[in-house]
Amino acid sequence: MKKNRTKTLKQNLPLLLMALPGAAWLIIFFYIPVFGNVVAFKDFHLSPNGFLDSLRTSPWVGWNNFKFLFSSSDAFIITRNTVLYNVTFIILNLLLAVTIAVVLSELRSKRMIKIYQTSMLLPYFLSWIIISYFLYAFLSPEQGLFNAIITKGGGEAIDWYTTSKYWPYILIFMGVWKGIGYNSIIYFASIMGIDPTYYEAAEVDGANKWQQIRHVTIPQLVPLITILTILAVGNIFKADFGLFFQLPKNSGALYNVTAVLDTYVYNGLTSTGDLGMAAAAGLYQSVVGCILLVGTNLIVRRFDKGSALF
Amino acid sequence: MRKKKKVESVNVKGFGKKSNIFFNILIALVAFSCVFPFLFVIVISLTSEQSLVHNGYQLIPQEWSLDGYRYLYTMKDKLLQALFITVFVTIFGTLVNVTFTSTYAYAISRPTFKYRRFFTLFALVTMLFSAGMVPSYIVMTNMLHLKDTIWALILPMALSPFNIIVMRTFFRRSVPDAIIESAKIDGAGELRTFIQIVLPLAVPGIATISLFAALAYWNDWFNALLYIQSDNLVPLQYLLMKIQNNIDYMTKNAAMSAALSGVGGSIPKEATRMAMVVISTLPIAASYPFFQRYFVSGLTIGGVKE
Repeated sequence: MKKNRTKTLKQNLPLLLMALPGAAWLIIFFYIPVFGNVVAFKDFHLSPNGFLDSLRTSPWVGWNNFKFLFSSSDAFIITRNTVLYNVTFIILNLLLAVTIAVVLSELRSKRMIKIYQTSMLLPYFLSWIIISYFLYAFLSPEQGLFNAIITKGGGEAIDWYTTSKYWPYILIFMGVWKGIGYNSIIYFASIMGIDPTYYEAAEVDGANKWQQIRHVTIPQLVPLITILTILAVGNIFKADFGLFFQLPKNSGALYNVTAVLDTYVYNGLTSTGDLGMAAAAGLYQSVVGCILLVGTNLIVRRFDKGSALF
Repeated sequence: MRKKKKVESVNVKGFGKKSNIFFNILIALVAFSCVFPFLFVIVISLTSEQSLVHNGYQLIPQEWSLDGYRYLYTMKDKLLQALFITVFVTIFGTLVNVTFTSTYAYAISRPTFKYRRFFTLFALVTMLFSAGMVPSYIVMTNMLHLKDTIWALILPMALSPFNIIVMRTFFRRSVPDAIIESAKIDGAGELRTFIQIVLPLAVPGIATISLFAALAYWNDWFNALLYIQSDNLVPLQYLLMKIQNNIDYMTKNAAMSAALSGVGGSIPKEATRMAMVVISTLPIAASYPFFQRYFVSGLTIGGVKE
């Protein structure tokens, strides 16, 4: 028996060794931090003697960090912002990406399709820092293009970076804008894979372009749409940190509409220094996110096993 | 009643002539909106400071000038240092990432590997649950003591569980078992089979994940924001972030007098900032059209199931 086990181990040793670096990374950078979430239940202070000592010397406080988090108005605002922005992104991204992919697939010139796609992908490849400079070129209170246009038209210049009412639209626009090329290319690739005989058959039956799109293209995209939407719904508690942190330049006047879970955790970590509190907010985000992902997947499985993620 | 159509002569895919023009214009507008800000920033970087102060950012500036770039040149030490950090982190990080990711993916793609299910789940769990920023920060700083080292820019992104799944799928699809078995019969060990037989067959997949990794490293500012304090470890993106609100961050250590004499008395702050944005965007903007096809093929081979 024991000999058998050593034999299996020996046989699998080379592959085991190949998986080892990755597994070590997963332990250090994923599994240990996952268990490190216990700091959410502590009044945590860093000790110079290392992680274990910090854990040992920080007193347990039970659910206090969570109680404090949820008794402030912050918890509501950041949850509302995160969820509402993400719901908007899911809907807009889906509609626009599918529309653009369908339109692209029907254009006649292959060369133009390539040019359009390449142009639309540019923002996806740039960091939010670069994009925030782009945005600043338009929104800068003194030099920005928008204020120049507004004042030329006789209007009053707007101090964009302190006026919160515009930011939901700005953030949504920028989020959709950055991802549009990437999102549409996934659907486009899928449309290119549709068997052309479907369209020939539809043509023979006298279907016009709109009917072909409606009854051939869209139904063929449904599995992909489902998978991507499950993923997005599962990530509804996760905000794109760069979008909400870089574009508003972490401006305090805008927190009401720009603060999301991720920026809240970051600000808690860096400025307030209350690690236990910040960790509590982070754990709340991870746990709800996990439940949402598993939950949506379960629901989809019930209806259509093939479309489920796992 | 309905006119009979000659099916063979109809282009089944594609709009009619009129709608083709309409949709071309529509998509062209969207596509243009995606490159327009970059072009605008290039124009701003080429505008004279005088013109920027008086007229703001203009699409067609009153006065063109290269002062922004000239001034950048005077701070080249700092810029080159940041560029060096970024390039080093990108190259070294991508190498580590691709090595870790592809060896792990290969192991779990082999049906003969007994612990394949365990290691697959071990990686997949990361997609369900996130460890969180705070515990990761504590582990990095308090346990590994890597704060303010170059490792803080490399290690947190040295493996991507998503890419493991992409590569696993890729190995299964593009490397037939028979080839691996025959290599084994010829006496090659697992590692040798992997390097000499499997990797050459998996080049498109490797190219894809290298691309994902390189892009992530090049564009990363988050790890620098969390962990980096020393000026000489600041990568390009983080340098840009620092000068966004405070251009003095750049001028502090630069040779002021040389700079001042070079551009006639005043520092072209706005143009310099935008010139730096252009310089750090150019490598990506110039190269991504060429690697785009790997990127697209990578998107379509992923897929968790199988």
